[in-house]
Amino acid sequence: MIERYDLIVIGAGPAGLSAAIEAAKNGMKPIVFDENAKPGGQLFKQIHKFFGSKEHKAKIRGFNIGYELLEEANKLGVDVRLNATVVGLYDEKEVTVRIGDEIKHFKGDSVLVATGASENMVTFKGWTLPGVIGAGAAQTMMNLHHIKPGNRILMLGSGNVGLVVSYQLMQAGCEVVALVDAAPRIGGYGVHAAKISRCGVPFYLSHTIVEASGTDRVTGVTIAQVDSHFNFIEGTEKTFDVDTICVAVGLSPMSQLLKQAGVKMKDTPGGYVPECDEWGRTSVPGIFAAGDVSGIEEASSAMIEGRIAGSVVSQDLGFIDKSEMEARASELEDALGSLREGMFAPKNRGKLIEKTEEGIDVSMNLLEHGFVADDEIERYPGVTHRKGIHPVIECTQNIPCNPCQDACPKGCISIGENITSLPTVTENPCIGCGMCVASCSGQAIFLVDEDTGDGYGTVTLPYEFLPIPEKGTKGVALGRDGHEVCEAEVVSVRSAKVFDHTNLLTMKVPKNMVMKARFFKEVRL
Amino acid sequence: MIDIREKLDAIGPYVPAPDDDMLVCRCEEVTKGEIRQAVHAGMLTIEEIRRFLRCGMGLCQGQTCGKLVKGIVARELHVSPLDIEPATSRAPMRPTEMRILARDGGEAHE
Repeated sequence: MIERYDLIVIGAGPAGLSAAIEAAKNGMKPIVFDENAKPGGQLFKQIHKFFGSKEHKAKIRGFNIGYELLEEANKLGVDVRLNATVVGLYDEKEVTVRIGDEIKHFKGDSVLVATGASENMVTFKGWTLPGVIGAGAAQTMMNLHHIKPGNRILMLGSGNVGLVVSYQLMQAGCEVVALVDAAPRIGGYGVHAAKISRCGVPFYLSHTIVEASGTDRVTGVTIAQVDSHFNFIEGTEKTFDVDTICVAVGLSPMSQLLKQAGVKMKDTPGGYVPECDEWGRTSVPGIFAAGDVSGIEEASSAMIEGRIAGSVVSQDLGFIDKSEMEARASELEDALGSLREGMFAPKNRGKLIEKTEEGIDVSMNLLEHGFVADDEIERYPGVTHRKGIHPVIECTQNIPCNPCQDACPKGCISIGENITSLPTVTENPCIGCGMCVASCSGQAIFLVDEDTGDGYGTVTLPYEFLPIPEKGTKGVALGRDGHEVCEAEVVSVRSAKVFDHTNLLTMKVPKNMVMKARFFKEVRL
Repeated sequence: MIDIREKLDAIGPYVPAPDDDMLVCRCEEVTKGEIRQAVHAGMLTIEEIRRFLRCGMGLCQGQTCGKLVKGIVARELHVSPLDIEPATSRAPMRPTEMRILARDGGEAHE
């Protein structure tokens, strides 16, 4: 028996589900296979708010985007088969799937491969000890299974995965003792680094792991500085007591099925990927690829790529006409194009960018140590001073993201037409509602009242840890570098549904500290 | 015919390294030294090395070590990892028990 479908989608992650939704909207009957017990791919592990434009799910937390996709797929009657492992893909678009104890055969008029990626590993002495895990694995344990991966953790890798997972580990109650990267500069978004730094996590750039120690599990780790040829510099060793080492050194596309099907492949520094046209068509007619399997990017791009492929498949099989497809594809391509702009655009990978689009010097301290130095912060357009409460936007790199602009009901924040521009603060009066603070996926917006008249000022910061400190809690304020700068007292904590689990903690600090104090730490007497 | 001797001379002799005992393929327990020695024994492609040592043939199907093995082989051959052809992809793409493969087609033929 061979079952036939218009479209077979392999992988129910953001790309695969989006493609199936798009195809189903056009009247097709797609079937989606996923080897996992739950659909959504990596989306359900992403508890942070996404970057991007309002039209494309920015400021929504990843798992909620997952729920939205599933709901849309269900409404359209997309057939998603879970625990269904595709074990073979042949050039005649035959797919063999392991379902339960059987291998079943399916044939598609078209096949979309959206199998995603897997984590890279590095070797060092002791890397096979229990306790050395992928950062993605740590995320699966925490965010899907609610298991704490360890208590004291060292993170290797300062790309967005390493940064985001470090923060999530702290949210889960783990102590992150250090963030280490062999590269001389942080690879991920500066705002992600800054929110870890201000909690007191040290960054060690140009460092890597010498050895994980322990007999039957990890009990410690030694790192050392490396020179420009990545050789260890003697005498620079530092040792930490840890029970877990998380490795976040990149992802590799899981493109084996495409290769098996005879698709023309190419080896790139970003992995072994299919040669595709701009719409995801591979060299084998009827076989498409979308999402990370065709080149590592973000979930937001994967969803758009999936929609484009779904639309092109619909036209290829005659469900929509060419002009309809082209209109849809061009609209989606514009969105995809804007996500690929800015300092972290694929074309800028590995390049050192020293000036922002506005011509402002990029903070080298941010790139090398994980925080913007006090003497660098004043040069950014979001950082202004005025009497009364006002936003201070510590957004210093051009990334495609603009939810803050629309979050302010008073029009205090402007990004303009270019989604990668740094936000600027306008002359409009701020009412202190905090919508901007909660809207910023990078947690880079603070409300500051520089002088409350009694020698103090207030700083309102985004706070996503539990327990939430109560009003009146005394403690210390930490600077951008995570060091204690002064005593502080919580004067209010605002939580609202519209803030989506970002609490707005307002602390009172001496007025000369309002531009330095960026995190609150309770001190128990 | 390729003169294998000439190729091996060009890459120089196998020189033992302190980390040769490090496991690279943990599924099949293959060390870095074994992979390096295989290259110097004349196995210049991932395919040959994989058949000989079984690295990448275990439970994870090379998901973890594939890239690492490629890096080691490239270094030994003094070329970029991008110049090394990845291993062939074959079904079943995921480890599958023989009893399940035997039931291919969906119906039991007993």
